[in-house]
Amino acid sequence: MVDTILHLVLVLTMPPLLLGVIGKTKAAFAGRVGAPYLQPYYDLARLMRKGVVISDTTTWLFKAGPIITLAATLLAALLVPLGRHAAPISFTGDMILFAYLFALGRFFTTAAALDTGSSFEGMGAAREVTFSCLAEPALFFALITLTRLSGSLSLTPMLNHVTLFVWWDTGAALLLMMTGLFVVLLAENCRIPFDDPNTHLELTMIHEVMVLDHSGPYFGCILYGASLKLYLLGAFFLHIALPLSSGNSYLDWLIFALSMILLAMAIGVVESVMARLRLIRVPQLLVAAIILTAFSLILVVR
Amino acid sequence: MMSASILKLYNGTSVPRRDIPELPLEEFLRAILDATDHGWRVSAYFGTPDGGDFRLYCLLASKAEGVLGLLGAKVAADAALPSIASLCPQVSLFEREIAEQCGLAIEGHPWLKPVRFQRPLFNGPGKGVPEDKEPGVMDFYQVQGHEIHEVAVGPVHAGIIEPGHFRFQCYGEQVFHLEISLGYQHRGIERFMIGGPHPRSPYQMEAIGGDTTIGHGQAYAMIIEALSGTRVPARAEAIRGIALELERLANHTGDLGAIAGDVGYLPTSSFCGRIRGDFLNMSAVLCGSRFGRGLIVPGGVGFDCNPQQAGLLGSRIATAREELANAVDLLWNTPSVLARLENTGTVSEETARELGLVGPPARGCGLNRDIRRDHPFGIYRMSQIPVVTATTGDVHARTLLRWLEAEKSLDFIEEQLRQLPAGVYRNNAGAIAGDQVAVALTEGWRGEVCHVAVTDETGRFGRYKIVDPSFHNWQGLAMALRGQQISDFPLCNKSFNLSYCGFDL
Repeated sequence: MVDTILHLVLVLTMPPLLLGVIGKTKAAFAGRVGAPYLQPYYDLARLMRKGVVISDTTTWLFKAGPIITLAATLLAALLVPLGRHAAPISFTGDMILFAYLFALGRFFTTAAALDTGSSFEGMGAAREVTFSCLAEPALFFALITLTRLSGSLSLTPMLNHVTLFVWWDTGAALLLMMTGLFVVLLAENCRIPFDDPNTHLELTMIHEVMVLDHSGPYFGCILYGASLKLYLLGAFFLHIALPLSSGNSYLDWLIFALSMILLAMAIGVVESVMARLRLIRVPQLLVAAIILTAFSLILVVR
Repeated sequence: MMSASILKLYNGTSVPRRDIPELPLEEFLRAILDATDHGWRVSAYFGTPDGGDFRLYCLLASKAEGVLGLLGAKVAADAALPSIASLCPQVSLFEREIAEQCGLAIEGHPWLKPVRFQRPLFNGPGKGVPEDKEPGVMDFYQVQGHEIHEVAVGPVHAGIIEPGHFRFQCYGEQVFHLEISLGYQHRGIERFMIGGPHPRSPYQMEAIGGDTTIGHGQAYAMIIEALSGTRVPARAEAIRGIALELERLANHTGDLGAIAGDVGYLPTSSFCGRIRGDFLNMSAVLCGSRFGRGLIVPGGVGFDCNPQQAGLLGSRIATAREELANAVDLLWNTPSVLARLENTGTVSEETARELGLVGPPARGCGLNRDIRRDHPFGIYRMSQIPVVTATTGDVHARTLLRWLEAEKSLDFIEEQLRQLPAGVYRNNAGAIAGDQVAVALTEGWRGEVCHVAVTDETGRFGRYKIVDPSFHNWQGLAMALRGQQISDFPLCNKSFNLSYCGFDL
C-alpha cells in the first residue's frame, strides 16, 4: 500500500525535475548558471493559468490529442515498476499494453498535428512516425530478451528479475540491450542527438514542431506528458542499467530517486558533448539500436 | 578587349560625370558582358533619371588590375532594356532592381519579379505618386507532381530574426527549389538620399544594416571625402581599421556561436554568445556605442583613441583571443559537429563565380576576393591583411573561414594598436563638388559594401546607390539549398547569415 502511494506520488510530481536537472547539467557544461531546478514546474504552473488560442481549421481531435496522450502515458505509468518495487497494476502481457499505450499517445499527437493543416506540423508528424517505427522494434527486442531471461510476460517480474547476478551471467547480452535502450530512450524523448528540445527552428524539429499550435493548458499537458514519458522510459532503463537493491523498501525508493537524477545528468552530459545528427542519419542510429537489441536476444536464446 | 569604353578609377575616388564614356545601349551591354567574361565583377548597376530619360551606370571591379571601371549609357524612358541576365547571371538582380526603381521595361529577363515591392524611385512624368506594393504578393515558382509539397516559412519567424519569406518546393524532405522573397524592411534609404547629403544622412547610412555600421559608415565617409577632396589623417584611418575588424570579430564570433547552436552544440554556442558581447564592448571603448555608431565621420573619426584606451583594448583582445580559441576548438574537436557541417549546403565555385558572390560565402568556395586586398582603402593601403579561402563551399568551409578570418583580424588589431600613428584624428570635410561620380567599396564582415554617389551641378546627390553584400549573396543561399534536406535550411541560412534590411534598404 505504501509502495503504491509512493509510486503515484513520484510519478505525479517528479518527472519535471528531470528536465530541470538536464537543463542545469547542460548549463554547467556551457559555463552558465542555468534556470532553477524547479523551472519546469513554474512553466507548467504558468501554462495552466494561461488562455488558449485555437485555430478555426481544427476539430475536436486537436483538443483531444494532448489529453488522450497524457491519459495514455499516465496509464502506462501504472504498469512500470519503479526501482525494486512492484507496479500498481501488473498482469501477464502488460508489456504489450505498455508499449502500445505510448503508440496510442503518439497516434493522437500526430493526428492532432495533422489536424491543424500546417505544413510544418505535417512534416513533424511524418518524421515522428518514421522514426518511431524504427524505435519500436528495438524496444520489443529488449522486451522479448527480458521475457526470455525471466520467463515472465509481465513487466514487474520481468524487470525485477535483472540483478547484479544476472549481469554476472549474461552481461554481454544486457550490455547490448542497455546500449540499444539508451538510444531508444533518447530518440523517444526527442533528446539530442535525435531532436533538439531547445531549438526554435521549426524546419529542423521533430516533436516540438507537432505541438507548435497548442497553447495554454493543452501545451502544459503535452510538456508534462513528455517529461512523464522520459521518466517512465528512464525507470525502465534503470532496471537494466543499475539493478541496485538494498533489501529495505524505503532505502530502495531513495536509491531509485537518486539514480533517476543521475540518469538525467547522464542525458545532460550526452546533450552537451555532441551535436544533433543530420536528420537522414537518425534512422541509421535507430537501426543500430535494433541490431544491438536483436543481438542481445540472440545471445540469450542460443 | 577592355577598350576605352570603360573609365578606370580607384576605390574611394571620384570622377567628373562627363568623363564617363557614354555608349550606345547595345555597346554598353556588350562591354559589360565582355568585361565579366574577362574576370571583372559587377559591383553596382543602376539607373538615374536624366531629363526625361534614364542614364544607366555600371560599376565593374577587376581584381587582376586592382581598378574599378565605370561606364554609362542612356536609355529612353519608354524604351525596353534588353536583359543580359541569362548570359551573365550576376546582373540578374540588378536588372530586376532597375525595372522596379526606374519603371523601365526589361526585355527577355528570365526571372522578372519584384525585388523589394517598392514604388519607382523617381516619379515619371504624369505617373503621380504610386504606392509601395505589398511585400510577398507575387507568383512563386512552383513544382508540380506526385508527393511534391510546398512549405512556406515567414515573414514571421520563430526566432528573433528579421522578416523574410521563403518558399520551398519539396519532395519529401528534399528541397528541389527555394525562392526567397524580401522587401518587408524596405525603408526607402536610397530615396532619402536624393537631394542629400542631409544632416541625418550619416545616421541613416549607419543604420542600413545595424550590424554593419562601420562597413557602411566607412563607405559613406569615403564618398563624402572623395567628393570634397578631404584628406583623412593617418590616425583616423588606423582607428577606422580597428573598428572595422572589431565589427568583423563580433559578428564572426556571433555566427560561430549561432552555427554551433543550430546543430545543438551548446558549449560553443554559449561561450561565443558572451565573447561576441566582449567584442561589442571593445567597440564601445572606442566610441561609447557597442555597434560603433558615431565613430566614423567624414574626414576622420568622431573620437580619438588615447593610450589608456589602446592599452585597455590590447589587453581585452588578448583575453578574447584565448577564450575564442578555446570555444572554437571545441567545435573542431567534436566529430558529431563536423559530421553535421561537412557536405551541407555546398555551393560550387562555378555557381559562386556566376552569381558574383562576395565575402565569406565566396571565399568559402575558393574564390579569392577581398576588397581589403583587391581594392585597398584606408589603412589597408598601408597594412595588408591576409586573405583566407576555403575550397569545399559547404557550411564547414564558411564556419572555418569565419574562425580563420577572426584570427587574422585579431592579429591586425594588435598590430594597429601597437603602432597607432600620432597626429590629429579628424579633418573638416569641405564642400561637395558638383557633377561628379564617386565610388567607395569596403569589405564589411559580410563582404563587399558598395556605395556610388552621383552629384548634380549644385553638389547634391542626384542618386546614391547602395549595394549591401547580401544583395549579391541571397541567391547563393537559394542555390546552396538545391537537393539538400529541408531540415538543413536553418544551418545553411546561419552559415550565410545575410542581412534582410541591408537588402531591403
